[in-house]
Amino acid sequence: MLLLDERQDVHLLITNCLKNDLNSTTQFVVGLALCTLGAIASPEMARDLAGEVERLMKSPNAYIRKKSALCAFRIIKRVPDLMEIFLPATRSLLSEKNHGVLITGVTLITEMCKRIVPNLVRILKNLILAGYSPEHDVSGVSDPFLQVKILKLLRVLGINDVDASEAMNDILAQVATNTETSKNVGNTILYETVLSIMDIKSEGGLRVSLAVNILGRFLLNNDKNIRYVALNTLLRTVHVDTSAVQRHRSTILECLKDPDISIRKTGNGAVVCVGQFAECQDDDEGITSDPEFKAHCSSGIVLSAERYAPNKRWHLDTLLKVLVAAGNYIRDDVISSTIQLISETTSEQAYVSLQLYKALSEDMHNRQPLTQVAVWAIGEYGDMLLQAAIEEDHNIRPPTEDEVIDVYQKLLWSPQNSVITKQYTLMSLTKLSTRFSNTNKIQQIISSFCSSLHIELQQRSVEFSQMFGKYAHLRPPLLERMPPMEVVRQSDNQINGDVSDVELKSEESSPQHITNNESNALLDLLGGSDGNFELDIIKPNSQATQSVSNSNNQDLLDLLGLDPLPSTNLPSVDIGNNMGLIIENNNSNLLPIMNNQNSNFLQGDLFNTDIVNERDVPNLVAYNKDGLKIVFSLDTVPDSNTLTINVTATNHTLSTMTEFLFQAAVPKTFQIQMLPPSGTVIGPNGHVIQVLKVVNPSKNILRMRIRLSYMIDGNPIQDQGEVNNFPTEIWD
Amino acid sequence: MQFMLLFSRQGKLRLQKWYVAHPDKLKKKITRELITTILARKPKMCSFLEWRDLKIVYKRYASLYFCCAIEQEDNELLTLEVIHRYVELLDKYFGSVCELDIIFNFEKAYFILDELLLGGEIQETSKKNVLKAIAAQDLLQEEHDKIELNGGSEETRLTRVCGRRHGRRHK
Repeated sequence: MLLLDERQDVHLLITNCLKNDLNSTTQFVVGLALCTLGAIASPEMARDLAGEVERLMKSPNAYIRKKSALCAFRIIKRVPDLMEIFLPATRSLLSEKNHGVLITGVTLITEMCKRIVPNLVRILKNLILAGYSPEHDVSGVSDPFLQVKILKLLRVLGINDVDASEAMNDILAQVATNTETSKNVGNTILYETVLSIMDIKSEGGLRVSLAVNILGRFLLNNDKNIRYVALNTLLRTVHVDTSAVQRHRSTILECLKDPDISIRKTGNGAVVCVGQFAECQDDDEGITSDPEFKAHCSSGIVLSAERYAPNKRWHLDTLLKVLVAAGNYIRDDVISSTIQLISETTSEQAYVSLQLYKALSEDMHNRQPLTQVAVWAIGEYGDMLLQAAIEEDHNIRPPTEDEVIDVYQKLLWSPQNSVITKQYTLMSLTKLSTRFSNTNKIQQIISSFCSSLHIELQQRSVEFSQMFGKYAHLRPPLLERMPPMEVVRQSDNQINGDVSDVELKSEESSPQHITNNESNALLDLLGGSDGNFELDIIKPNSQATQSVSNSNNQDLLDLLGLDPLPSTNLPSVDIGNNMGLIIENNNSNLLPIMNNQNSNFLQGDLFNTDIVNERDVPNLVAYNKDGLKIVFSLDTVPDSNTLTINVTATNHTLSTMTEFLFQAAVPKTFQIQMLPPSGTVIGPNGHVIQVLKVVNPSKNILRMRIRLSYMIDGNPIQDQGEVNNFPTEIWD
Repeated sequence: MQFMLLFSRQGKLRLQKWYVAHPDKLKKKITRELITTILARKPKMCSFLEWRDLKIVYKRYASLYFCCAIEQEDNELLTLEVIHRYVELLDKYFGSVCELDIIFNFEKAYFILDELLLGGEIQETSKKNVLKAIAAQDLLQEEHDKIELNGGSEETRLTRVCGRRHGRRHK
């Protein structure tokens, strides 16, 4: 081995010697001979000794089997023709336990697979070029069954294998050009060829000039079966060569208008993949009568629009078209994603709401999804709608308030609209009440639903009517525009209807708490009378807030003895208490209805109130010591002398505070009412919320004394402080 | 190929061959579902149908629908060829085959199918070879029948003869 290699003629002289050794009884002699053969076998030698090696592959000795397997590997490499000899023996190598034999066996088989390509190519070539053989002929094509199988095998072998693909290129091209296409058989083979060409690492030219052209011809074929197959292939190959597929866009779109659902479905799939700008718009015309397909198609278009939208406006336009075209067959996800998109696209909101309004007012078919999206948008962006103008199209003028309300009225009274849609509409109408100047009519419409037979609608309208009456001041903040929705959040909405409603309620009440901030002014007064104030204490567990606070207030007033004007203040105290009751109900789930609403359309408020809190509520830090921070956020109710203070106590230490108790006192001219806190334990970085209501009939400057006690790390802590930096403008 | 069904325009199942194992209940359900879907399609529509994760290839010959379920990566057009080949074989064997031939000689139809397909794959692409194999089987059966008939009762023989005549009537 060291001295000889196959280039020297003299090595042939050892052939005989090796042959003797291969027949030796000693395994190591055989082993050595196999090693030698494996290293220096020339084609001649391989031919001479192949039989011996094949015999040894079946030897009972694993040591020899594995060596002979690799020897066979070498022989096949030198003389591919000899492969057939080894085929039967190779099979059994894989049923071995010995890893040595297994690995050599696998190596051998891998090599065989590569070698098999020329064989297959030869068979295929013979099939194409061979003359007429009546036995296997199918309308002029010789054995299409076999051809297809071979093509399929070639595809398997050629995937990701450059060499093998190289070897196949020619034959594939030959098959593609030589096959008769007038009959189904020919197309069968072409179809398989195209798939193979697309899957293997074929030359670019072959791909484009042949495969894609064949597909193009297929697409134009009259036979629906062929067209279906072509679309399907495009769908499968689009990832390989997008540009090539793009060329057939118009044909694909043509297929969308086909009455056959199989074709349309695949065609639409192809469009989703190809999905390019303007063309997509034509899709909508393709949506015809079939409900199942409409749903499928609209979702597909929405997806592709999302992926390929050149700009937001185009995207919105497309969605709008889908809403109009697909009518009631739209899936829910389309509605929510459209709403989400509108909410996200702040720049186009006016435009969109005008477009939607237009579509809505022209809608004759009671398209629920369209209506839902439209009323949502109009409700949110009603003010913009009135001023909206479309630059390109002056024919569309923004509607007047009355027109919009008329449309709403029609929607609400129409028996064709679903309850969900009506809920959307009612909510939207309520929102419009803050965006439009004329609220009377809106109020009328809403209150007319107070007697609706449907419990959801009835309850909603009763609630909304409240917002026109006693709590009119709360209406604008409650019905604020929603912040742009994030994608993740939007998907949760539908599922968590219950949860968000509960949140909604608690948040809805927060503006009321803030009203009581007026009472902060009390503190100021207190400052002057250090000696004789009494703290208004409400134990966290006190059940009857109303009575407790009333008596407390009385006591407080008595004890404070500052400006004794108690009796005149009582009415306003009552108001405060009523409100408190409402709040408490909300918080402690006393009103079961409020918590089991599962309608979608109140969710809007949830987001609104988020802003409310951040926006028009002045905050002040009442206490900040030893890691305990108490913040007052204030809100006043105009003309009611009542201030709601939202007390948030935050624990910035690393330990938990227990038995937390917050107490407050105001001078006698004020009345204070404390609602139970949200808890008595504040974890690290946790917080407790408590609401105070202060009534200030004489509009004095508010001063407040506060006292705190809590346990931290087992130590009781007590502290008190004074808050007298309430802004004076809260009483204005 | 996962299964093959033959059914009439009236929706009567004439022949079924399953290459995957399903419980009977499911088979019935699938059959019913496919028959209704396919019968509802118009003649000019294409022969392919996406159904669950399979593709259904069907073709109508006279009053019979031939329906095959193939996997996604299989060649639909080739399946049409297979169906056609099967029809050709039936035709050759029965001599212008009709639905009644298959009803009364269903076992022959199965034999032919089994010579053409095995485990859902084509096993013989030559028509001649298939027919040869069937002929040989027929011969074997006839010989066997002869022996049996000689020993069997007169009654069974009569019914057998009637059955065959009935079946061949349409040749």
